[in-house]
Amino acid sequence: MNYNWDWGVFLKSTGIGDEIYLDWFITGFGWTLAVALVAWTVALLLGSLLGVLRTVPNRWLSGIATVYVEIFRNVPLLVQLFLWYFLVPDLLPTPLETWFKQDLSPATSAYLSVIVCLGLFTAARVCEQVRTGIQALPKGQTAAAYALGFRLPQIYRQVLLPQAFRIIIPPLTSEFLNIFKNSAVASLIGLMELLAQTKQTAEFSANLFEAFTLATLIYFTLNMSLMLFMRFVEKKVAVPGQLAAGGK
Amino acid sequence: MDFSAIPAALPGLWDGMQLTLQLLVLGVFGGVVLGTLLAMMRLAHNKLLANLAAAYVNYFRSIPLLLVITWFYFAVPFVLRWITGEDTPVGAFTSCLVAFVMFEAAYFCEIVRAGIQAVPKGQMSAAQALGMNYAQSMRLIILPQAFRKMTPLLLQQSIILFQDTSLVYTVGLMDFLNAARSRGDIIGQPHEFLIFAGLVYFTISFAASQLVKRMQKRLAV
Repeated sequence: MNYNWDWGVFLKSTGIGDEIYLDWFITGFGWTLAVALVAWTVALLLGSLLGVLRTVPNRWLSGIATVYVEIFRNVPLLVQLFLWYFLVPDLLPTPLETWFKQDLSPATSAYLSVIVCLGLFTAARVCEQVRTGIQALPKGQTAAAYALGFRLPQIYRQVLLPQAFRIIIPPLTSEFLNIFKNSAVASLIGLMELLAQTKQTAEFSANLFEAFTLATLIYFTLNMSLMLFMRFVEKKVAVPGQLAAGGK
Repeated sequence: MDFSAIPAALPGLWDGMQLTLQLLVLGVFGGVVLGTLLAMMRLAHNKLLANLAAAYVNYFRSIPLLLVITWFYFAVPFVLRWITGEDTPVGAFTSCLVAFVMFEAAYFCEIVRAGIQAVPKGQMSAAQALGMNYAQSMRLIILPQAFRKMTPLLLQQSIILFQDTSLVYTVGLMDFLNAARSRGDIIGQPHEFLIFAGLVYFTISFAASQLVKRMQKRLAV
């Protein structure tokens, strides 16, 4: 077990076409971004809706949102991914099933499953943050809006949500960063995102330390720059005089 | 859907669950010990120690657990060889456990740090006024109080780790999820076994998190 260090490995040919290993990392990073950003959009929309439902004065609606959160928070992400990728296609109506299994390329069907899985998984977490944000606002806000003649949908749209979202930027940021990290599970159903490409490089070139170091650096840099960017956004949109009161 | 094959498979699934629980218990134990050390480093007056611990925490919190598991699976044999100078065979279990301990320690560190900081400053001063040195006051005065405060958070993090142990699937370790999947594949009922596995994970995590919530209410001042 001798190990040959070679930091130039990324510029070497992979032996497939005229690709170099760095190309694999770039493709992988592209998939990681594509998964995380689209899944985040799903999570943010659905999560906000659920978060609102959890706080509305209607037992049925808030009950549905609570059940959703408990289910999606208490089943491991990997189990959920397998359910979406292996089980759900079989339950679809036949035309859709054939489309998913035969007409789509393997990468596309894996991509769709991961988006749905991560989007719905993260929505449960976003929901909890949105709920915390809304509940952190003083009760007087709702009362004052009612007194001014607002209806419930208007109160949410114009009074509660604009304030709540600004409070919860820090916890939402960490969920946003989590979705990038969680997107690595996509490698387990064959999507060639960053981790899968790293593994492949390690196996092809035998330079596993270099490959994993580069992957780590990419994740680390991505994480840090997104965090700095979100801090900037947080300052930009902060309501003067309002305490940051969101969850942890 | 036909769940009739599951009762016969239960002993095999229990073997998988035992492996999951072993990973969980050892991972939490190692993670809390290492995390506590890191937290004490982060709070130390020595700048170098504090920065080292902070770098460790930031590093592990910004990369995916799955990457750590995969990397360690490949790397631990090499590293051990460099340390011991001879080939030391380690299984996937050990490399996964090392990955969990090192990764979770970063998260536990932040919990423990918050717990220590929540203990009033006067406690430390009082302990030192009584003639205790730093180690004694930490061990006998600060940490026991800090741990009581952070027990719910530590347990919540352990529930997350319980779910994350399923990621050892990537190195082929026969944990509960992998046991269920492989049995389902052999019998030809992958869906039923997958659903069953999901239900078991759900039941355990849900029950545990409800217990933690009740505990949190009881401990709240």
